[in-house]
Amino acid sequence: MRSIIKNYATVDECRDYANKIAEDIQSIIDQHSTESVERTTLRFMELDGVSSDGVPLVNTLVEKARKKGVLSKGIVHLIGAYYQLEEVESIQEAIDEIIYDSEVDWKLLYKTELTTSTKEELTIFFQNRYKKLEQVKANKLEKKNRLKVGKEPLKYLIVATGNIYEDVAQAEAAAETGADIIAVIRSTAQSLLDYVPYGATTEGYGGTYATQQNFKIMREALDKVGERLGRYIHLVNYSSGLCMAEIAYMAAREGLDYLLNDAMYGILFRDINMKRTFIDQYISRRICSHFEISINTGEDNYLTTSDAFDFGYTVLTSQFINEAFATLAGLRKNQMGLGHAYEINPSIPQSFLYEFAQAKLIREVFPEAPLKYMPPTKHMTGDIFYSHLIDALFNIASKITNQSIHLLGIPTEALHTPLLHDRFLALKNVDYMFNAFEGFENEFDVVEGGLIEKRANQILDDAHQFLKDIADRGLMSVIGEGKFANIKRFPDGGKGLDGVFQKNSDYFNPMISLLEK
Amino acid sequence: MENLDLKNIKPYGDTLNDGIIQMSFTLPVPPSGKSKEAAKLYLEKIGYTNVYITTMEKAGESFSFFVAYAKHNTAINFEEIDVPEIEVKIRSMKEIDNLIEKYLKRALRVVGACTGSDAHSVGIDAIMNMKGYSGDYGLERYKQIDAYNLGAQVKNIDLIEYAKQIKADAILVSQVVTQKNIHIQNAKDFIKKAQESGVIKDTILILGGPRVDHKLALSLGFHAGFGPGSKPSTIANYILEEKLKRESIEI
Repeated sequence: MRSIIKNYATVDECRDYANKIAEDIQSIIDQHSTESVERTTLRFMELDGVSSDGVPLVNTLVEKARKKGVLSKGIVHLIGAYYQLEEVESIQEAIDEIIYDSEVDWKLLYKTELTTSTKEELTIFFQNRYKKLEQVKANKLEKKNRLKVGKEPLKYLIVATGNIYEDVAQAEAAAETGADIIAVIRSTAQSLLDYVPYGATTEGYGGTYATQQNFKIMREALDKVGERLGRYIHLVNYSSGLCMAEIAYMAAREGLDYLLNDAMYGILFRDINMKRTFIDQYISRRICSHFEISINTGEDNYLTTSDAFDFGYTVLTSQFINEAFATLAGLRKNQMGLGHAYEINPSIPQSFLYEFAQAKLIREVFPEAPLKYMPPTKHMTGDIFYSHLIDALFNIASKITNQSIHLLGIPTEALHTPLLHDRFLALKNVDYMFNAFEGFENEFDVVEGGLIEKRANQILDDAHQFLKDIADRGLMSVIGEGKFANIKRFPDGGKGLDGVFQKNSDYFNPMISLLEK
Repeated sequence: MENLDLKNIKPYGDTLNDGIIQMSFTLPVPPSGKSKEAAKLYLEKIGYTNVYITTMEKAGESFSFFVAYAKHNTAINFEEIDVPEIEVKIRSMKEIDNLIEKYLKRALRVVGACTGSDAHSVGIDAIMNMKGYSGDYGLERYKQIDAYNLGAQVKNIDLIEYAKQIKADAILVSQVVTQKNIHIQNAKDFIKKAQESGVIKDTILILGGPRVDHKLALSLGFHAGFGPGSKPSTIANYILEEKLKRESIEI
């Protein structure tokens, strides 16, 4: 099928605007850190576990430092100073002791200048941890290579029982019936927790808590089933909310493949502070870029919140911005799973043509991106038979526009988290359509000057105009006007702002240095 | 319909009282002749007759998915069922606006939110946002309704406090996530707090969500409940009529 973009210069200009938008924000990112980034740093140092009252140790330590007002040089500075001043044998011992030492003179630690040799030792400490993560990555790549990955569009299925062991049973069944990617939906509102829960969990609401142990349990289960089926099964979780970077670290540690990670989602849809989100997304994406994790962005949410027909251009706009931020965080194009969705009201005449126009446009604008195409949800009702039909059209649109990751539409969408056979029926639907429409795009062309071409170029032009406007006035102020998803957010509003701090000129963090290489 | 006995109704397939039901379900065993028989026996055991297992499919290594048709002899007395339903006239946005202006002589204040840990603003947005839902404009679009949509993950107490502050005429509580009946627990908590704070006395309390109906809402202490597919104008109409009723105004 020939290209439907009339003027590629418009695409290039969109990228230029997006880069300017992201660079403006990046200068703020570079000057700041957050409590979550500091906690990530501690996790990187392999501080794990919880206190007797269930608080993660990384939270305990960072919180202590914040309360004493000594966090601006970073948590590593404090550990390094403790190592220098106290009689401890190693960095490891310094970490182990500082947590339980009730007589720490925090002000003194803060004032202490780190010696070159301490800094070197700390750097080596981090390098060794980094190597472990590289080993996890190498194992993952070896498995992927040996077992082979399914054919695109990859079939992405969700499990969400609340109980990780039940999730395993469902994920195994999904893989056995053809799923390539398993996403474990998180418990509702985990994104607003300013800590990561600990250990294996069996209770959740609307999903299962993202914990490192749960990651490990699911990864092992998928590896097993993958070996049996001779197909690599990818694992997804969520690096969004108040703990973006911590989850990214845990994902790198446990060999996850994809993380839902969006530069603006938390700001708009979870009312998390802008600065907090921008800083956290940066570090989380740095981790992804190093350890072979692809991100999935959340543009589908614009379409469930605003009207998919009228606001299609906001999706493309956000994708350009996500791409620009991801580039600044070192991600390769083929790690940027930009998101979009099939959400136009099915009662609109020619709705399929409009959906096709948008999907094909996005495919053409981001040829290397592992695009993630999300199923219809907004217009699904309890009529599961009708929903199954809408999903069939979604499946066709996905196949003939060569989407990379296909999140399966489930006939019981809007009713309950998928039952085992809901998923089975969804897979059967997909298999039929993908098989039936194989090669379709090589046999047909889009009419020149027709509705599809016009619609696609209109979206592109609208996105171009919107990006120009944002580049002129700054992303933060445009978000403040409610231009994305009709939601207004302000730089000093939202959750998590109190966890943002300006870095002192002596800020020291070997993790970031390694990740920025 | 001839011969229809409302005291004894049954599902209708193609003949009155044939009692035909279509079903689908999964058993946690791999497909086999034995599994198919198990599916049939299961349906017979719960009272079905003429069981016809139309398909048995392998849904993963250790699961079988079935589609079945069967008859059931149970009948229901339709006449003695009591389901409270909200009866409101169908009026357009303009008509509602005019009636509010004419009879209540001021704009109504309506505040809504999806409360508790529930992060889904889709329901409350469908009712309140300008755009509305399914071609029916949202409450924000009404000239005679001051609509305040607080979004999702709002604490019950915060919604109540807000309502008190703006002297709301009606509060809309949306509950989308229903796993482990969290929507019911949270709705109960809302009513408890509404009672404690006194807003229950002179504010119309409305519950909405995919698993909500009027009966459930009433049983929890709300004044009305709206289930899936409810349109903004239906809710606006209800608020209008309830308000007129409370102020003893006849139109």
